[in-house]
Amino acid sequence: MTVTEYQKAAYVAGQAADARINFEIEAEGMTLNMGPQHPATHGTLRVVVRLDGEQVVWADPIPGYMHRGYEKLCEVRDYAQVTTLINRIDWLGSFCNEVPFILAAEELMGIEAPPRAQYIRTVLFEMGRIANLTLFLGDMAAQIGALTPVFYAFRDREYVLNLIEAATGGRFHPNFDRIGGLKDDLPKGWIDETRLVMRRIRHFCDEIDDLIIGNRIFEDRCRGIGVIPRDIALEYGISGPNARASGIDWDLRRDEDSPLAWKHCDWKVWTHPDGDSFARYWVRQQEVREATRIVEQLLDGLPAGPIRAKTPARIRVPKGETWIHTENPLGEMGYYVISDGSPGGPFRCKIRTPSFSNVSIVPWLLRGVFVPDVITILASLYFILGDIDR
Amino acid sequence: MSPEAEAPGSTATEEAATEEAAPPSPRHGEIVEALRSALGEGFLQHHYSAREAWVRVAPDSWRQAAKVCREQLGLSYLDFISGIDWKQAPDLGAEKRWDPDAEPGVDPDDGPGRWVTGVAGGETRFQVFARLEDVDRHVGITLKADAGDGPSGPDRSSAPRAESWVPLFRGADWHERETWEMYGIEFDGHPGLRHLYLPGEFEGFPLRKDFPLLAREVKPWPGLVNVEGLPGEEAEAEGESAEGAEP
Repeated sequence: MTVTEYQKAAYVAGQAADARINFEIEAEGMTLNMGPQHPATHGTLRVVVRLDGEQVVWADPIPGYMHRGYEKLCEVRDYAQVTTLINRIDWLGSFCNEVPFILAAEELMGIEAPPRAQYIRTVLFEMGRIANLTLFLGDMAAQIGALTPVFYAFRDREYVLNLIEAATGGRFHPNFDRIGGLKDDLPKGWIDETRLVMRRIRHFCDEIDDLIIGNRIFEDRCRGIGVIPRDIALEYGISGPNARASGIDWDLRRDEDSPLAWKHCDWKVWTHPDGDSFARYWVRQQEVREATRIVEQLLDGLPAGPIRAKTPARIRVPKGETWIHTENPLGEMGYYVISDGSPGGPFRCKIRTPSFSNVSIVPWLLRGVFVPDVITILASLYFILGDIDR
Repeated sequence: MSPEAEAPGSTATEEAATEEAAPPSPRHGEIVEALRSALGEGFLQHHYSAREAWVRVAPDSWRQAAKVCREQLGLSYLDFISGIDWKQAPDLGAEKRWDPDAEPGVDPDDGPGRWVTGVAGGETRFQVFARLEDVDRHVGITLKADAGDGPSGPDRSSAPRAESWVPLFRGADWHERETWEMYGIEFDGHPGLRHLYLPGEFEGFPLRKDFPLLAREVKPWPGLVNVEGLPGEEAEAEGESAEGAEP
């Protein structure tokens, strides 16, 4: 039986059609909702990822499950009340949220807090950083599968939180910073206790060195995963340790002229050239060490004197606009405050939070990675949901 | 500065005086001058404070200004993009309250030319503003542009608008989505303005000054209860801040 040319052509066309259909089925892929209740989510960030086999085709983070509208609420509260709100932005380093806002109000009013207050502010700021970043050091390891470091982290972070509570009255939400100074001075015996705890935190960092850094499994999961090149980081506004892990040597503590006391200390800004998840972990570990050194030096040089400048009983901030940003544990946090001179609160308070920009890179960063690496990357970017959603 | 020196009312003259102030650093001055020569007519106004420089550009130079900043001036770090609504807010706790029956946008104090805008001026109710930073030389500037008076209709045609920066900065995507969601400012050239925080069926633009905050509607602001009539009561001020030691 002979096969005609026509039959041959029909056969080839049929095969091609089958192949096309197969290809389409293959490319159909699968949509995976990571969150808001997925066990591997971070807070309540929902990430919708489209998978082709094990590979991510595209990803779309959906924030907003914790949106509280702080920018609107700031407009109907006065300046002293706003600190209560903004404590809840990055809840692991709450005190750090208050400081730039208070500095912005002070700049508009032309007040400067006395040196002792600036020192104590900086000490508490750095302790907020330690409380925030030690949790990261344990938590990222836990997300990758190493459970021991997270217990170590919670154990040692507790000492820091106890100290913050002793000084401010609040473990998580100190609400301690005031326009013109601080609410109270440090309690008796606090300084000696703090020195001990700082040594303990450094010991924790050494333990992390033993457990995690150089661990074969950890390095395999992190090295080369989620690389952010320098120019992409700048385009997305990545800041803080994430930017420094991409080789951007920029730290507002050192580079910005601030009334806070960092300029009196000797410390180092660590950067890492790789830009991958491991670099982000490593940079944060060094930052915890540096923060303990800053705290110790500030306690050594703590000046005597008042802790509050003279301020009017009722805060009336003159008309004006200002922008103050500081280097928070998660990155650059800033407040753009517009005052219209009325006795109430700010006319407009734009809150620039680091996690918002740090997470906006996720669609770019997740494209083409494998599913387990999604967890690594999200953990290594390290965001706080309150800091994205505000 | 002592708190007595800043009596309310003196601020307007102070602001006029600082209009001619020197730039906070020579680099700030260079950036502003470079923008002025690059944009020509598009450069409208600038302002310096002790630590920050502002430049207001024409709406159709908004993207061009960012391009100049990024490609020629090294301001490659996108800090944020957001909006401002200059409509006078209802003074909560005082006589002027949100009136639920009032027609939106018929406030007699409103209208073109009546908006009290901030530093670097402005003519319209809505403005977009953004901040760019140079992470190597550690300077940054704030750019502003007028966006229109709104209010936006259902067809989005009369909405306030601005040029999108997404072709220049990928990170502008989320910032512009947020600004659109909160203020209803349309960004021409944005790949897809959709809700970021709020549910998709949400109506209205919450950060506009005429969007009522229900909690404050129901219960007036308690913050002003016991602090009426401050000016001139230094005695009360002394008593309040007694723990703050005298300098």
